[in-house]
Amino acid sequence: MFPYIPHTSEDEKQMLSTIGVDKIEDLFEDIPKEIQLQRRLNLGQPKSEWEVFKQFQELGKKNKNVLQYPCFIGAGAYDHWIPSVVDHIASRAEFYTAYTPYQPEVSQGTLQVIFEYQTMICQLTGMDISNASLYDGASACAEAAFMAVNKRRKKKILVSMTVHPEVRRVLATYMKNQGIQIVEIPSKEGETDTEVLAEKMDDQTAGVIVQSPNFFGILEDIEPIEKITHEKKGSLILHVDPLSLGVLKSPKEWGADIVVGEGQSLGNPLQFGGPYLGFIAATSDFMRKMPGRIVGETVDVDGNRGFVLTLQAREQHIRRERATSNITSNQGLNALRAVVYLSTLGKQGLREVGQQSMEKAHYAFEKLIQTSKYQPVFLKPFFKEFIIQSSIDPSIIQKKLLDKGILGGYSLEYMGPDYKNCMLFCVTEKRSKAEIDHLIEVMEGIE
Amino acid sequence: MKTYDKLIFELSKEDRVGYRIPPKEISEKPLENYIPKKYLRKNELDLPQVSEVDVVRHYTLVSQKNYGVDTGMYPLGSCTMKYNPKINEDMASLDDFVYIHPYQPEETVQGCLELMSQLQDMLAEITGMDAISLQPAAGAHGELTGLMLIRAYHESRGDYKRNKILVPDSAHGTNPASAAMAGLKVIEIPSTSEGLVDRDAMRQVLDDEVAGFMLTNPNTLGLFEKNVQEMAAAIHDAGGLFYCDGANMNANLGITRPGDMGFDIVHLNLHKTFSTPHGGGGPGSGPIGVKKFLKKFLPVPVVQKKEEKYILDYNYPESIGKVKSFYGNFGVFLKAYAYILTMGAEGLKRASQIAVLNANYLKEQLKETYILPIDTICKHEFVLGGLGQNEAGITTLDIIKRMIDYGYHPPTVYFPLIISEAMMIEPTETESLETLDEFISVLKTIAQEAKTTPELLKTAPHDSVVRRLDEVLAARKPRVLWKKQS
Repeated sequence: MFPYIPHTSEDEKQMLSTIGVDKIEDLFEDIPKEIQLQRRLNLGQPKSEWEVFKQFQELGKKNKNVLQYPCFIGAGAYDHWIPSVVDHIASRAEFYTAYTPYQPEVSQGTLQVIFEYQTMICQLTGMDISNASLYDGASACAEAAFMAVNKRRKKKILVSMTVHPEVRRVLATYMKNQGIQIVEIPSKEGETDTEVLAEKMDDQTAGVIVQSPNFFGILEDIEPIEKITHEKKGSLILHVDPLSLGVLKSPKEWGADIVVGEGQSLGNPLQFGGPYLGFIAATSDFMRKMPGRIVGETVDVDGNRGFVLTLQAREQHIRRERATSNITSNQGLNALRAVVYLSTLGKQGLREVGQQSMEKAHYAFEKLIQTSKYQPVFLKPFFKEFIIQSSIDPSIIQKKLLDKGILGGYSLEYMGPDYKNCMLFCVTEKRSKAEIDHLIEVMEGIE
Repeated sequence: MKTYDKLIFELSKEDRVGYRIPPKEISEKPLENYIPKKYLRKNELDLPQVSEVDVVRHYTLVSQKNYGVDTGMYPLGSCTMKYNPKINEDMASLDDFVYIHPYQPEETVQGCLELMSQLQDMLAEITGMDAISLQPAAGAHGELTGLMLIRAYHESRGDYKRNKILVPDSAHGTNPASAAMAGLKVIEIPSTSEGLVDRDAMRQVLDDEVAGFMLTNPNTLGLFEKNVQEMAAAIHDAGGLFYCDGANMNANLGITRPGDMGFDIVHLNLHKTFSTPHGGGGPGSGPIGVKKFLKKFLPVPVVQKKEEKYILDYNYPESIGKVKSFYGNFGVFLKAYAYILTMGAEGLKRASQIAVLNANYLKEQLKETYILPIDTICKHEFVLGGLGQNEAGITTLDIIKRMIDYGYHPPTVYFPLIISEAMMIEPTETESLETLDEFISVLKTIAQEAKTTPELLKTAPHDSVVRRLDEVLAARKPRVLWKKQS
């Protein structure tokens, strides 16, 4: 017997007799014998909860977690503090055991949460519309590129090389299918090279993708980029860290047309890279070009406020091969976490988290430079991440830090010879002054 | 109890807070000392200001407006809304898996990588495939990835003209949408009156421009495509590849495997077959399995074992690239892994057997009352055609809205498109005989009401937090965010 299968043998017998067959195997007679598996799957015996727990515990011991090892790694996934309420609300089975809200009368909970999520994403970014979320920041960026291409009917996208390498790789995979050309704009002193951008930008270009804070942590000056993009009637796609928006200028103020990003930092744990959520917001003229689910407010027959999935004529289950995207799911539970996080922090809390992360990152940066063992690579305004260079191999630094109980520094060596011995550090509000001082002390002592 | 009808924004009050973050330790300098003013926010943020109590009460009350599997039977066809075991949630919440950064050094994440490697092996065994990538984030994402592999395969052989993909008319909407996104042209293949792929029609369109054929087995009518081997041979003879939409794998576990049926690629939905919760729309996870000759095209990184160590291998020069940041929806892998351990080989097979038993039991009991367009043994789901022509003009929509009054989540409706007034019912193995009997009796009562009191159906639901909603208004004048009343 199995705890999730309630049938007794008597139940089974009664049901088979109602159906009019002798044994359960008779229900599979339509499957040709040659393709019926003649053996048991090689998966072992069913395990009890306790055995399962022990197995997880054994595997878990082979990991080092960021609760025990203070983490100074960022690069697209951030160790911010998550209020207790987030887990508690996200553990409500009414939320997590439901599916996409196809039947609005029994799904007002999910629908209202998405409506609040869409509102908060617009409040953060300043944009007019948001969808219900996408797989992650990288796929959101690819979807934004499709939106720009569909609007302009031109198959070229410019992307700055200061955009996260993973995002650029996913973008390349997606664009290749439809023959959309990607032109990478090099960086200059850690920022998008606007001279090259101006050269490459033409009236065949559908959109320009820029990230700020960029992959190196630097704040891009969007003003010239916006001008270059819009002069040639392209769409400006900004990739941002939503957590920075309590402090930093909103994408709307910079003149963005589409805004995307990785929503993980809003109340979602690191969890070895996923599940996270991609957010996407845009100006209202993109309303019918948006991919994925969108929730709208309406009224029921009694005139009461209610919420429904709307503008579904864009979507795969109606439009099939003419849909704006193939996406069906959203990251509902991750979006719920983001909503609860943003509600709990509110405008003041988000600003404080941003400000503290920024202050602590600057403190760590200055202290590291003062050791004169580590040099700054770029002298540009940054938010919570920065790059340093030294004469020491990054893998040695990582190892020495780990020996002292610190997870620190992401090596940028794979990005090419320009980044020899370069490391990206991230400091969030969770890192105490003592932890930062310890990091500095250990790093100073590395030979 | 009065229905709660507030939005979080409507609870907001200036200066109210719901958080406390670590103390300021560094400085009290203004922001401008760190960052030039032009980069700083000018306008104040507009987020709500509420207390922790507000947050908890609000979202608890909002959650109660939802129906989930833990509330009751959720027979949403093709979505496999089975019970989501609680131990899976607990295992996915362990510190050693939650608090792991994806860019930690490999030697500090050996447990994560070993688990992924084991899960890959398990899924390969279940599907009869040689290699698995866990990277795709959902079923549709798995489809897109699989179709990109098909393109990469043909192009690696210098064959650039293959741009067509065959898709049955009964397929999930994601199939043609994914094909379009992969830059392929969709050729729709009709179904026969028995609800299976029309093989003659399929053969007629096979030529040297066909890249592949996407098939769901069992198909969306819940019928096993018994000629699958013949179709595999036909597509392979024409030089194309055979793709399995594995959304309906809950009928096949331990019974038959896509790899043995002749498929080259399959995607799985961990959030369907492997009991990971649907989360109100996600996160899902859509791993793909492939035969050996396609392994070199898989997305990077590939998790594998090398000299007693698990590694993230990026050295795949012919890879299609990356389809997702990092390595996939790891948190979902944990739940699927726990499920497979709990069920074992025996339990997974039992799950599929009982899922099929439940579907056939419902079908037999309902076919006298409702239209059953194709009367044959079904697999894990079946499709009814509503009440057919009736005096009161009762539609499938009326029927399923009335089901809400009786405490059930409606089935999938008006899909597949080839059945008029379709109601696609998938009970799953986790519903008991008693639950099924009650469900049958309610559907029979509703059919009776359709004759005696049709108004009750046309105006249903009556006992829900909201009643029928004006979807036309929502689409015509979209209000997609809350705005402060001015």
